[in-house]
Amino acid sequence: MSPDAGESTSSPLLVLDDIAKSFGAVAALRGVRLALHPGEAHALVGENGAGKSTLVKILAGAHAPDAGRLTLAGKPLLLRGPADARAAGIAVIYQEPTLFPDLTVAENIFMGRQPLRSLRRVDTRAMNRAAEQLFARLGVRIDPARPARGLSIADQQLVEIAKALSFDARVLVMDEPTAALSGVEVDRLFGVARSLCERGAAVLFISHRFDEVFDLCQRLTVLRDGTWVSSDRTADLTVDEVVRRMVGRDVDSLFPKQDAVLRDTLLEVRGLTRTGVFSDVTFGVRGGEIVALAGLVGAGRSEVARAVFGVDRYDAGEVRVAGRALPPGKPGKAIAAGLALVPEDRRQQGLVMELSVERNATLARRGALARLGLLLGGAERAEARQWTRRLRVKTARLTAAVGTLSGGNQQKVVLAKWLATHPRVLIIDEPTRGIDVGTKSEVHRLLSELAGEGMAILMISSELPEVLGMADRVLVMHEGRLVRELSRDEADETSVMFAATGQGAIA
Amino acid sequence: MSRTDAGVTERPTGAPPAGAGRPGRGLTERLLAVRELSLLLALGALVLVTTLHNDRFLSSQSVKDLLLGCAILVILAVGQTLVIVTRNVDLSVGSILGLVAFATGELFLAAPGTPWPVALVTGVALGAVCGAVNGGLIAVARVPALVITLGTLYAFRGVDYYWAAGQQINAADMPRSFLRLGNQTLLGVPVLFLVALVVVAVAGFYLRSFRSGRELYAIGSEPTAARLSGIPVGRRVFAVFVASGALAGLAGVLYAARFGTLDAAAGTGLELQVVAAAVVGGVAIFGGSGSVYGAALGAVLLTMIGSSLAVLRIDPFWQQAVVGALILAAIGLDRLLALRMAARLRGRSAHGA
Ligand SMILES: Nc1ncnc2c1ncn2[C@@H]1O[C@H](COP(=O)(O)OP(=O)(O)OP(=O)(O)O)[C@@H](O)[C@H]1O
Ligand SMILES: [Mg+2]
Repeated sequence: MSPDAGESTSSPLLVLDDIAKSFGAVAALRGVRLALHPGEAHALVGENGAGKSTLVKILAGAHAPDAGRLTLAGKPLLLRGPADARAAGIAVIYQEPTLFPDLTVAENIFMGRQPLRSLRRVDTRAMNRAAEQLFARLGVRIDPARPARGLSIADQQLVEIAKALSFDARVLVMDEPTAALSGVEVDRLFGVARSLCERGAAVLFISHRFDEVFDLCQRLTVLRDGTWVSSDRTADLTVDEVVRRMVGRDVDSLFPKQDAVLRDTLLEVRGLTRTGVFSDVTFGVRGGEIVALAGLVGAGRSEVARAVFGVDRYDAGEVRVAGRALPPGKPGKAIAAGLALVPEDRRQQGLVMELSVERNATLARRGALARLGLLLGGAERAEARQWTRRLRVKTARLTAAVGTLSGGNQQKVVLAKWLATHPRVLIIDEPTRGIDVGTKSEVHRLLSELAGEGMAILMISSELPEVLGMADRVLVMHEGRLVRELSRDEADETSVMFAATGQGAIA
Repeated sequence: MSRTDAGVTERPTGAPPAGAGRPGRGLTERLLAVRELSLLLALGALVLVTTLHNDRFLSSQSVKDLLLGCAILVILAVGQTLVIVTRNVDLSVGSILGLVAFATGELFLAAPGTPWPVALVTGVALGAVCGAVNGGLIAVARVPALVITLGTLYAFRGVDYYWAAGQQINAADMPRSFLRLGNQTLLGVPVLFLVALVVVAVAGFYLRSFRSGRELYAIGSEPTAARLSGIPVGRRVFAVFVASGALAGLAGVLYAARFGTLDAAAGTGLELQVVAAAVVGGVAIFGGSGSVYGAALGAVLLTMIGSSLAVLRIDPFWQQAVVGALILAAIGLDRLLALRMAARLRGRSAHGA
């Protein structure tokens, strides 16, 4: 019923012209332009470090551009801070969640705009109710009165989305909002974004997943190394063409795992149970094997991984590494036994933002690098250089603080940090979240190579192509239970999704 | 096509008004209540033990002394809470108190007829100016408040010493009406304590119920996020230091009224007691959580420990040790509560989407 939402040729709502921004010697953006049309979703794509988030922060008023103009509905727009952007009707979902851990979910959503009652007091009840309605629109259940601390990454992202929606904005900017979400939630988010478009809002959408980009967006802009490459209608583009423009060369988007000789079972998990979270989880991973743990967000996959590694406690069950039982709740022992965990929440659990790239990359390996108890800068640097080059971390210097890297490049540093420990068993939670196409196949090749060297790899992934392409076996979890085990030949899109949504649960 | 609305102003679309039907209050609030309850329990235990030892401890006179004794610390603890909640700290409050107390005496020396409300307003204003100096320096220098207020701790005290030049002001130099303020009771309760109660109530109400009060917690909880969500962080932090200074000024005037004898050393070392009161009261030193009620209870507890140890005839040396143990116990309790909360929250985080 809506008047041709997809093909409006109206004048643009928000125009960015000739934008430039540098951080010291790093030119993050040069001569970038962008035009957002009302009623349309516009995709912004580019490799890690291409400058997408920098552009978002300029739109949000968080960074002042060094040069360039912004125009909103034909009038020049000057943003002196985030408050100005809000006032102009621009709502932003940042790549990194920006929540207040001590405050309730509802307060996080409505901070500074809480509903009021008499005497200008905050009306907590009305605020919780409004938050509840927002979550209902997104089709998720999050208690608005609970503190934001301890929310899973996906839930944090959903709170951010609810916050952005609550603005009733004219321009909605979303920087990789789907990175932590699974299919169902992504569909709901897109449903909401479309209804916003129907009412004349403009959406800017950033993602490294091309199926999403082509699903949601009518136009697409490519950035490369901080410069504008092209802006087109998505209907006129193909994925291969977009990738070529992003990377400047051809990339095979998926790298299937090579067959490796399967060795002894290195990781054995038996009857692992944590009351109310997961129960009776039993599986094994052999050397040379990649086992994928699939399922919806909230199925308990990350929780199992954390319990196996000893970050979280568990109530019953046993974990064995190479036949030896691992004491529960002792990550230090797990590392010593040759276990490594690349956590889901990289920012909070994987990196020290203030430390340099090389420090972070070798943080888990300090014992091995030290000579006579002294940590020698040279060894540290050489090691860091090797891994950061292999993973194509884009940084001006290895001594730059990790906090100044782009989101995807931070992820790569976490990977480097754990891969550098040469573990026997690698548990990797969302290995390519937020990582661009070029590096994605590189990470896949690396995992395959490591398995080939005899490593046992347990991979948690919400991306089906990744699961299907990489896994020798797929374990599917549903509501805290392992409901299905699929061999490489059995696993396909339908069988995995079927099991993940709890249909046809045959253990 | 569905016409879903993005506005929060829209009427409920079908989601039950679960906010109203939710059993009990939010987890955070419940835990805060636990925190304050544990302080009350500690206070109760202390009263019980001391009274068993000496039943005069609960006589109206000694209760009055106690309330009088803690009033000033309570007021300062409220100011400190406002500051700590924003992930800052104000170490200069003791010096501001001393400076204002001496200035009040000087005011009465210079103009003996000054009515006490004028002195009160002048003192609060002088404290606010000192606080503005703190806030301004922090905003301009972009140096942690700890360092700035450590500097002004000495600077304000220095001004005080220079001004006093060794001289002392006595009760005789001040009007009777003013001194009565320091000792008078209303329905058996010292006026000073009533003033402190009003300060606690107003600040507690503000922090809990007003947008700008909530923003203080947001700033302390995650400063970058606060900036990104458009909170005027600089302005709020400045205001908080002005408020802390003004409350220290108020405390200075009351100090002058209560003790009558003033020299440049008044209030020396008080800042550490104030911070201790806040920490014991459950105000997180890294900002973002805690309440003025807790801090006030902490101040009462610290004051009471002083007097009950005296009643129990325990060496003053032990008093220091007890305060130290109390701080460590409070930190341990906070940590324990935080861990339990984290465990509970993680258990609930699995949501069936
Ligand atoms: N605060 C900062 N200080 C210094 N350099 C920065 C800062 N923020 C960003 N940069 C640099 O600017 C460049 C662009 O970063 P940006 O975050 O915009 O990339 P991105 O396109 O969002 O990448 P990703 O896909 O990984 O999120 C990077 O080289 C990054 O290191
Ligand atoms: Mg980014």
